[in-house]
Amino acid sequence: MTKAPIYRSLRRRIIAITLAVSIAPLLTLAAVIYHQYVKVFEARIEDQIRHLARSQANAVDVFLNDRTALLAVLVTTRSFEELGEQPRLDALFDVITRTADGLGLVDLGVIDATGRHVAYAGPFALRGLDYSREAWFRETMSRGRYVSDVFTGFRQLPHFIIAIRGHGARGPWILRATIDSQVFHRLVRSVRVGESGDAYIINPDGFLQTDARLAGQVLDRSPLAPRLFGEEATVIRLPAENGATRYVAGAWLKSKDWLLVVSQDSSDQINSLIRTRETEIFIILLGCLAIVIATVVTTRTIVSRLEHADQDLNQLNAQLLQRDKMAALGKMAAGIAHEINNPLAVIGEKAGWIRDLLDDPALRESPVHPELVASVDKIENHVERARKITHRMLGFARRMEPRLDDVDVNRVLGETVELLQNHARINDIRIDLDLADGLPIIASDQSQLQQVFLNLLNNAIDAIGKDGLITCATRQIDKEIRVAITDNGPGIPPEQLPRVFDPFFTTKEPGRGTGLGLAISFQIIEKMGGRLLLENAAPRGTRATVVLPVVIPERK
Amino acid sequence: MEPRRILVVDDEIDFLETIVNRLRKRGMTAEGVASGREAVRRIGEAPFDVVLLDIKMPGGMDGIEVLREIKQQRPDTAVILLTGHASLETSMEGMELGAFDYLLKPMRFEELLKKIAAALEK
Repeated sequence: MTKAPIYRSLRRRIIAITLAVSIAPLLTLAAVIYHQYVKVFEARIEDQIRHLARSQANAVDVFLNDRTALLAVLVTTRSFEELGEQPRLDALFDVITRTADGLGLVDLGVIDATGRHVAYAGPFALRGLDYSREAWFRETMSRGRYVSDVFTGFRQLPHFIIAIRGHGARGPWILRATIDSQVFHRLVRSVRVGESGDAYIINPDGFLQTDARLAGQVLDRSPLAPRLFGEEATVIRLPAENGATRYVAGAWLKSKDWLLVVSQDSSDQINSLIRTRETEIFIILLGCLAIVIATVVTTRTIVSRLEHADQDLNQLNAQLLQRDKMAALGKMAAGIAHEINNPLAVIGEKAGWIRDLLDDPALRESPVHPELVASVDKIENHVERARKITHRMLGFARRMEPRLDDVDVNRVLGETVELLQNHARINDIRIDLDLADGLPIIASDQSQLQQVFLNLLNNAIDAIGKDGLITCATRQIDKEIRVAITDNGPGIPPEQLPRVFDPFFTTKEPGRGTGLGLAISFQIIEKMGGRLLLENAAPRGTRATVVLPVVIPERK
Repeated sequence: MEPRRILVVDDEIDFLETIVNRLRKRGMTAEGVASGREAVRRIGEAPFDVVLLDIKMPGGMDGIEVLREIKQQRPDTAVILLTGHASLETSMEGMELGAFDYLLKPMRFEELLKKIAAALEK
């Protein structure tokens, strides 16, 4: 089947439009879903890290409150006189470190109202130092409770202290404890998450209060300004070097003006995002592929149906045109033949009359008599010749008298099948020939016989429509030749069978059949002395049988 | 054999005269009329054994109508249709109406004689 360019471009256009309107929304939807997913994903990371910062800040608060509470209990339950004695303080410190090692107290000191370190229990030699000029001392004296920032102090090591003021008989005094920076660091760093995670504390001036993994050592200046973080736990997003996003969450402590910072790269969680994106892309691609395949297949089917329909229509148009043409031509031929026939008849008869007159004995004596007879013969010959021509023209319009030719039925059938082979092939119809050997040559009208075969084969093809088999078989039975043309179409409803030879009876769609084919065929075969039979074949289909008498041609 | 009466009906005068002459020359009693009406009138006047009747004639009465008239008035008359118009319907109609036979114009004169002989033998 040839593909006309118009169908190709039609197919391309339909495919393009269908794909555009089906894939574009799909891709848009995919992009929107992915975007939403990323937002949700980021929000989840933020929530996670914010929650982490807040809970860790709470833990640090608890840590500080525990130690502050312990000191407050000691200050309330013991007197300055008792704790100011070095042995008693040593005993207490000993009890505390033995029973509550996890508290992380490094040392314990008692300072009197003048700032003198009256008693000290711990690893350093700090007894007797005067703290009266230290800021923390004045702060504790005025406020009653003090937690310091981390500082190096006399011992030249980063530490921080908790101090609580008590009231004794001889005025206020202070119980002071130093917190083990190792225990404190461990607590803060315990929240660190993932490969890139970090956790540390900074004071309002931006100095690190604990060692950070990435942000720096204790007492370094933090790269982040604490004022970026609000009252509530706040999350900030910063670009990281590897292209990922760094999420930084800060939560202020309640018991101290420290900011607990937890930070994490998105790259730790990005893998799950990438996996999700890959899955989505895979599904979308699968969907697109399905759409493309469905579109192409559907469009091909539709366009090829259309093409077939067009072909059928063209064929029908061609047939109609052909029929009109033949009808017009026939009419014209008949008209011309008729007009010529009348003068021809006169000429013929006049010539005959001259011949009759030439029979006169008086004329026979004339020397020109033979020449006159010869001339009349010529005239009659040529009238006969013209007569044959006009009769053939009239016969073209409508055949009347069967001419007697020497007819080889097998050959006529074969030639007729050949004529229709192409038409049948287009409709996927196979025509099989099953010809008997040694059929006698009979006297019949070849072109009329061909006309009959043509009608019957056309009927068979039309009955099948598409995809089928037609068998043409010839047999000699006694003094008859039988030609059976069998199709495997739907057959003829039994109630219609008696009417099939009626003129103008047709089972074909309006405009496709004149209803004259079988009627004329019937008449032609009758005139030849034969019979035309039509019956339903088993298991399905129709069989038309032409029965021709075996008439041996006369030898001329 | 007594002379047979033959009526030839054809609007083509030249043809009509010639046929009549040729039939007469062969010893038949032939006469010709050039229209359907005349033919009907003539048939009304006298019986004919054979009528050679042209199917297509002008003047309001064609061969088929004349045939009907003949079959009504004198059913025994053998009518041979002459037609220059090889129309299946008209000839078949004529045959159905009781025409004896038909001939396509221009015909062979011998054939015409054969058919007349056959009609007379009937």
